[in-house]
Amino acid sequence: MTVRTCMRAIILATGSVVAAMAAVIAGSAHAGSPEADILRGRAVFARWCASCHGPGQHTPGTMALHFKYQGTVPPMLEQRDNLTPDFLRVFIRNGVSVMPSFRKTEVSEADIDALAAYLKDSAAGAPKSP
Amino acid sequence: MLIPPGMTADQFRQALSRLRQVVGNDWVFNSEADLETYRDSYSPFWGEAQERKAAAAVAPANVDQVQAVIHIANEYRLPIYPISTGKNLGYGGSAPNLSGSVIVDLKRMNRILEVDATRGFALVEPGVSYFDLYNYMRERRIKLWIDCPEPGWGSVMGNALDRGVGYTGQAYRDHFGAHCGMEIVLPNGELMRTGMGALPGAKTWQDYRYGFGPYVDGLFSQGNYGIVTKMGIHLMPEPESMVAGVVEAKHYQDIEPLIAVLNRLETSGLCDGMPQVSSPVLGGLGDPPNPEITRVIGTPGGPRQEDLARIANGKPFWHLRVLSYGPREVVRAKWEHAKREFRKAIPDCRFVEEVAYNIPLTAEQEEALSPFRLELDRKVNFGIPNLGIFAMGARSPAFPNPSDGHLWFSAVVPRSGAGVMEAQNIFSKAIADMGIYIGFNAPIPLGYTPHLFLMIFPVFLSKTDPVKNQKGRELLMHLIELGAKHGYGEYRAAPALQDFIMDRYSFNNHALRKFCEQLKDAVDPNGILAAGRYGIWPKQIRKARSA
Repeated sequence: MTVRTCMRAIILATGSVVAAMAAVIAGSAHAGSPEADILRGRAVFARWCASCHGPGQHTPGTMALHFKYQGTVPPMLEQRDNLTPDFLRVFIRNGVSVMPSFRKTEVSEADIDALAAYLKDSAAGAPKSP
Repeated sequence: MLIPPGMTADQFRQALSRLRQVVGNDWVFNSEADLETYRDSYSPFWGEAQERKAAAAVAPANVDQVQAVIHIANEYRLPIYPISTGKNLGYGGSAPNLSGSVIVDLKRMNRILEVDATRGFALVEPGVSYFDLYNYMRERRIKLWIDCPEPGWGSVMGNALDRGVGYTGQAYRDHFGAHCGMEIVLPNGELMRTGMGALPGAKTWQDYRYGFGPYVDGLFSQGNYGIVTKMGIHLMPEPESMVAGVVEAKHYQDIEPLIAVLNRLETSGLCDGMPQVSSPVLGGLGDPPNPEITRVIGTPGGPRQEDLARIANGKPFWHLRVLSYGPREVVRAKWEHAKREFRKAIPDCRFVEEVAYNIPLTAEQEEALSPFRLELDRKVNFGIPNLGIFAMGARSPAFPNPSDGHLWFSAVVPRSGAGVMEAQNIFSKAIADMGIYIGFNAPIPLGYTPHLFLMIFPVFLSKTDPVKNQKGRELLMHLIELGAKHGYGEYRAAPALQDFIMDRYSFNNHALRKFCEQLKDAVDPNGILAAGRYGIWPKQIRKARSA
């Protein structure tokens, strides 16, 4: 089972990004380590972003970026290697088009940093194992 | 810095300091950057002076902290406005009715307190989203369904308290109707439980909703009489299968017998899924504009037969998708019965589609479901939360210039074919006269619950074009006024429209509003809680507004 599948299963199991993080950290990565950040970011993406920005034919965010960039930039966020925390913060805290803003009670500042780490790692295509 | 009305800057700073002592520094937000996230992302007044904005936000973690926040609000006469997940987009989002209010952000209170698979209920806190409850039950293999609106990120409690609706079984689509028991922090800080919860140690709080004596729960729906901190909700057992069948009727006037049969089937328990009316001739939401259709349907006195025949161009006027959930043999028998009834009422009708699903669906079946075409089977018909609806309005070939959100006008029209035709005629004429394309060519009725048809109109908004937003607001005001003149009222609305709509509910010199205001003055004498929600203002502000 890949880490991605494992995390998704845990999030489905608990509905909790934090629980998912805790479980995986207990298993492998140390809290605060780059690996832990990536795993946390993966959980954040699964919970808050994937419904619109994940793969699949009915994900409105991926669809919108596909039409916006017309192949010049990958439409899937998990394939983008240039999404810094500050860049993500602009869109997460302000929204864009039909995407609303997200509050700190939903996606914390640490969540955004972790999300950036995950997306960079995902774009690099480096697999992580538990 | 925005200061709450009636307070000085110093008083406000003191109040914020007291709030920080309750919830901790991390959970009081009043920086400019933080307050951006508490704007209504779909505000029809974006960037204008009338945009409703918060002065700060506080995020309590538990009931004790909610009570402490309310005590501070009373002490300082601080206006507060509770939100749950704050995703009521199209109906106000996370912004207050009264600018300068302090948002009470309940997202941190996100526990699923209980799910009982045998008795079919859940007890949740305000911050629990449909995704959360769905995932919780999936992980534990609890064979219950949620019933959710189009976006799954909304609050189970919040949506019910705004009287939102969904898409699965008949008994569950009216979300407020499906709730059972509440716990509320009242404007004086007292904790109250309703229904059987008012009996200490009650074993039936989420079984029987009415309790004893006056049934007060309704006051906390679309109301401002308390902060709900727990709510029970009844949940549908996962069915064995679902059958969807489509009956096709050729003529425009066939809508009368079509709906008459549908009503009998639904109210007899013979078709419990959400019926979907659609029209191959008139089209649906997001279809290309055809002003001729709007003009024909809006013809004064009703559309003429020759015009109807011309716009039909050989296509049938109506499709009605009829859904039933349950054991395979039962749902098939229900569909066979439905076919007999439709055939008796409309001899030349046809049955053009029939699909049966075994439940749970496979991953491939889930992926194949339509994201937003209302006339097709979608994830929400199977209790699966998702955000596919945002494909409507997001950038796409159909929307090359995407909107920055939308506002809904949701009129209740009669549950009859004659009622549908009359409402279509009235609204289509208005739209034709204004020369605009509202997103569809003629409104189609949505049968969210038995006895209910809604006609829902979107107005698409912009964050950079205030003129467009103003035109959208004027259109909605015009439709609201027109609707009221013809006996169609709204079931739900954004704060920007709530006063205007409540003004229209004016029977006997606004007796309903006056009654609600008397209650408001009694339970919230300092006028601190959600001032103005659905047109009910506390006495201090009400007098100033009417002066």
